[in-house]
Amino acid sequence: MELGHLKLWKLIRNSHGAEFVPSCNHPTSALLKGCGGLWRRRLISKAGLPCTFLAVVALSACRNDMHVQPRYDPLAPTNFFADGRSERPAVPGTVARGELRTDELLYTGKINGQLADVFPFPITQKDLERGRERYNIYCTPCHDYTGSGRGTVVRRGFPPPPSFHVQRLVQAPVGHFFDVMTNGYGTMYSYAERVPVKDRWRIAAYIRALQLSQASTIDNVPATERPQLLSEKGK
Amino acid sequence: MPQIFHRSSNTIARVSIYGAAFILAGLGYLGWRVNFSSYYTNVGVHDPQPVPFSHKHHVSGLGIDCRYCHVSVENSSFAGIPPTHTCMSCHSKIWVNSPMLEPVRYSYFTNNSIEWTRVNALPDFVYFNHGIHIHKGIGCTTCHGPVGDMPITWKANTLYMRWCINCHKHPWRYVRPRQYVFSVTYKPPPNQDALGRRLVKEYKIKDATQVTDCYTCHR
Repeated sequence: MELGHLKLWKLIRNSHGAEFVPSCNHPTSALLKGCGGLWRRRLISKAGLPCTFLAVVALSACRNDMHVQPRYDPLAPTNFFADGRSERPAVPGTVARGELRTDELLYTGKINGQLADVFPFPITQKDLERGRERYNIYCTPCHDYTGSGRGTVVRRGFPPPPSFHVQRLVQAPVGHFFDVMTNGYGTMYSYAERVPVKDRWRIAAYIRALQLSQASTIDNVPATERPQLLSEKGK
Repeated sequence: MPQIFHRSSNTIARVSIYGAAFILAGLGYLGWRVNFSSYYTNVGVHDPQPVPFSHKHHVSGLGIDCRYCHVSVENSSFAGIPPTHTCMSCHSKIWVNSPMLEPVRYSYFTNNSIEWTRVNALPDFVYFNHGIHIHKGIGCTTCHGPVGDMPITWKANTLYMRWCINCHKHPWRYVRPRQYVFSVTYKPPPNQDALGRRLVKEYKIKDATQVTDCYTCHR
């Protein structure tokens, strides 16, 4: 009996869809039958209380309206639409609130169709730090922490991307990096779905910082920071 | 007048009255045990998946950050299950002939969903938000267990209310510095208690009377 309750629960949890209709066909009648054997029949009044208690416990599992509410969780399946998804794609041509992308530079990295070498907003220290964080999440598997293009996934067989420190990319306008992140390039897929617009610009800024860092000498380091850097050398 | 009851009735009555106490206690104990068994909670159960995705390989082996795939975990109630596009950003070039990845390729080229088996789910009457937990310094592994050691994903905690409440009452035992929230190898330091209390203050985690309010999770 208890098992039936659990199985029901499992079923609900595993289906976690709105299609499941909790049923109340619990084998409580069988349970009561079990209490009424031939020689025990006289004790039925004594056994009645626990039996009632157990029946209440068993029946209480029948209602799961609150556990499984008639709504969809994110990405939950449905029978309602032919493709089985409750998550609906936007109707083509829809412009969501705040998504009217009139700012060409911000959304395409271009000015009059030409890749731009300016940022659409001023890059602060905070933006650079955010850029570094996002770069380390989304770019390092292939491009590596230094931008060498020898990340772990590349070492496992993915076609290597060029290093950010080759002449062509050092000279490339910053809009190029934004464009590649947005639309993909060669074997690289688009990251537009994963990285929001502004973060893509911050990553582009951090790539610029990486390029500067790799071309730097000890003379570029502020005098106050030099001893620390030198002490870490070779570690 | 004949005897209505057989003489054994005395014994049966006594045994059933005293026995009932033990039977009820036994049933209670059984219920309690079942309630915490993996059969009921699914903890540690390796549910079959359409693709045997290994967090161990991707997270510990390759060092890919949680957020590479679970992009909405910082800003949303839902951590996000990656679209097939994300899988294919590597597997368009790696393991392209692996039969294990056939469902991924099928999904990508036919625009059908991969139907993963859900591992962690809460009842619908619980309001849970990933973003706030990330923001307040609760690490992924605190709730999801050693994900970096999972060759196939399993549920690491019961997600029972008492389990939630335990942390809401004593956040300083679990909170960690924000930079380690996504680390799968993070171990609480020996001074966790002092560190935790400092972080609770720093991250402005509200006190237990507020975060154990019914309304916090049931709204």
